[in-house]
Amino acid sequence: MAADVEQTDWSALVFRVRDHQDRAAFAALFRHFAPRVKAFLMKSGASEALAEECAQDVMATLWQKARLFDAERASVATWVFTIARNRRIDALRKSRRPEPEDLPWGPEPEPDQAEVFEAQQETERLGVALAQLPLKQRVLIERAYFGDLSHSEIAAETGLPLGTIKSRIRLALDRLRQQMDVKATEK
Amino acid sequence: MTIKHHLSDELLMAYAAAELPEAFNLVIASHLSICDECRARSMAFDALGGAVIEDSTCEMSAGSLEACLSRIEMLPQAVVPERRHSDAVLPAPVLDYVGGGLSSVKWRSLGMGVRQSILRIGDKGASARLLYIPAGAAMPDHGHRGMELTLVLQGAFRDEADRFARGDIEIADSSVEHTPVAEAGEACICLAATQGSLKFNALLPRLAQPFFRI
Repeated sequence: MAADVEQTDWSALVFRVRDHQDRAAFAALFRHFAPRVKAFLMKSGASEALAEECAQDVMATLWQKARLFDAERASVATWVFTIARNRRIDALRKSRRPEPEDLPWGPEPEPDQAEVFEAQQETERLGVALAQLPLKQRVLIERAYFGDLSHSEIAAETGLPLGTIKSRIRLALDRLRQQMDVKATEK
Repeated sequence: MTIKHHLSDELLMAYAAAELPEAFNLVIASHLSICDECRARSMAFDALGGAVIEDSTCEMSAGSLEACLSRIEMLPQAVVPERRHSDAVLPAPVLDYVGGGLSSVKWRSLGMGVRQSILRIGDKGASARLLYIPAGAAMPDHGHRGMELTLVLQGAFRDEADRFARGDIEIADSSVEHTPVAEAGEACICLAATQGSLKFNALLPRLAQPFFRI
C-alpha cells in the first residue's frame, strides 16, 4: 500500500449520502466496502449467499444511519466494521453485545476536518502496521477478529500451546502500538 | 475518581470482535461507560477491526449494488436512538438490564445482609448478577470454575492484595482464591459475570457419549 495511491476521502462520500442521498457517492462506497464486508463475513464462517445478503444489509445500514456516523471519532472503515460486527452477531447467532453509554457529544454536522483526517489516517497507519507484522502474528490477529475460532480451537488446530498463541497476540499488539507511536511522532 | 484496575487487551479485543458471552460483554460495556481510558483503548480495537476489514476483499454477486439500492428504498426512515446515559451508580448498560435505577433492582437476600440480583442473560455461556455487600461484610463465598469479572459500582472492597473501588474491575480466574471484604463506611455494590454456568450440564452429553457410540 504505497503512499502514492490516491487516498479516497470516504467520510466525504458518507456526508454526500447523508446530505443529498447521493447515489454515485454510495456506489463508490459500495464498490469499496461491500466486497470487504462480504469477505470478512465469509472468513467469519458465513456461507457465500449469507455473506452477500449481509454485506448488502450492512451497506443499506450505512445509508440509513449516515447521520449517526461520527467522522471525528472513527474512520469509515472502522464504522463499517462495527456495523458488520453487529450484523454478524444476528446472522451467526452470536451472543448479545451491550454497548457502553453514549458519549456526551454526538456526531457533528460539520465535523472538524483535521479530526476527520486524523481518524482516517489512523486506520490507514494501522493497516500498514498490520501488513508489516510477521505473518504468524498477523494471522492470529485477523482470526481473532473473524472470530472463526477460539484460542483453544486454534491451539487444537495448529498444535501450538495456548500460551504461545496468547503471547504471539500480545507481541503483535505491542508491535502495532510501537508502529503507531513512531508514526504519530514522525508527523 | 481514579480507576486503578482496568480491562486487559485480551478482553478488549474479544469484545471488539464480539466473541465473548453476553454477561462479559455487559460488564465490559459497563466499565467502558465509566472509564475513559479503556473507552479510548476499546475504540483503538475497533479501529484495528477497521484495518482488518480493509485487508481482504472478494467478488460481489452480479447486480448486487442495484439490489442494495432497491433494498434501501424499502427501508423506513432511521429512528435516531435516544442517547443512553448512566446514573450515579448504575452504568447505562446495567440500567437497560434492570429496567431502571437502583430502586428497581429486585434483590434477594443471601443472608448476613448480603443481597444479589441475577440479571436476565440470553446466552448460557456466563451469568451476570448485581451484588450488595453491607459495609464491613465479607463477599459471599463463590467458587467459580471459569473466569469471573467483577466491576465495583459503589463503595469498595479489599482482598489480601488489593483495593477495588468504583470503576475498578477485578479479573479472576478459577485459580484465584480470596476473601474480599467490603470497606467500612458504605455498602459495596458490584456487577459480576461468572463463566461456565453450564459446566455441570455439559458433563452429561460427554458421559453419555461412549454409550451412544456402541
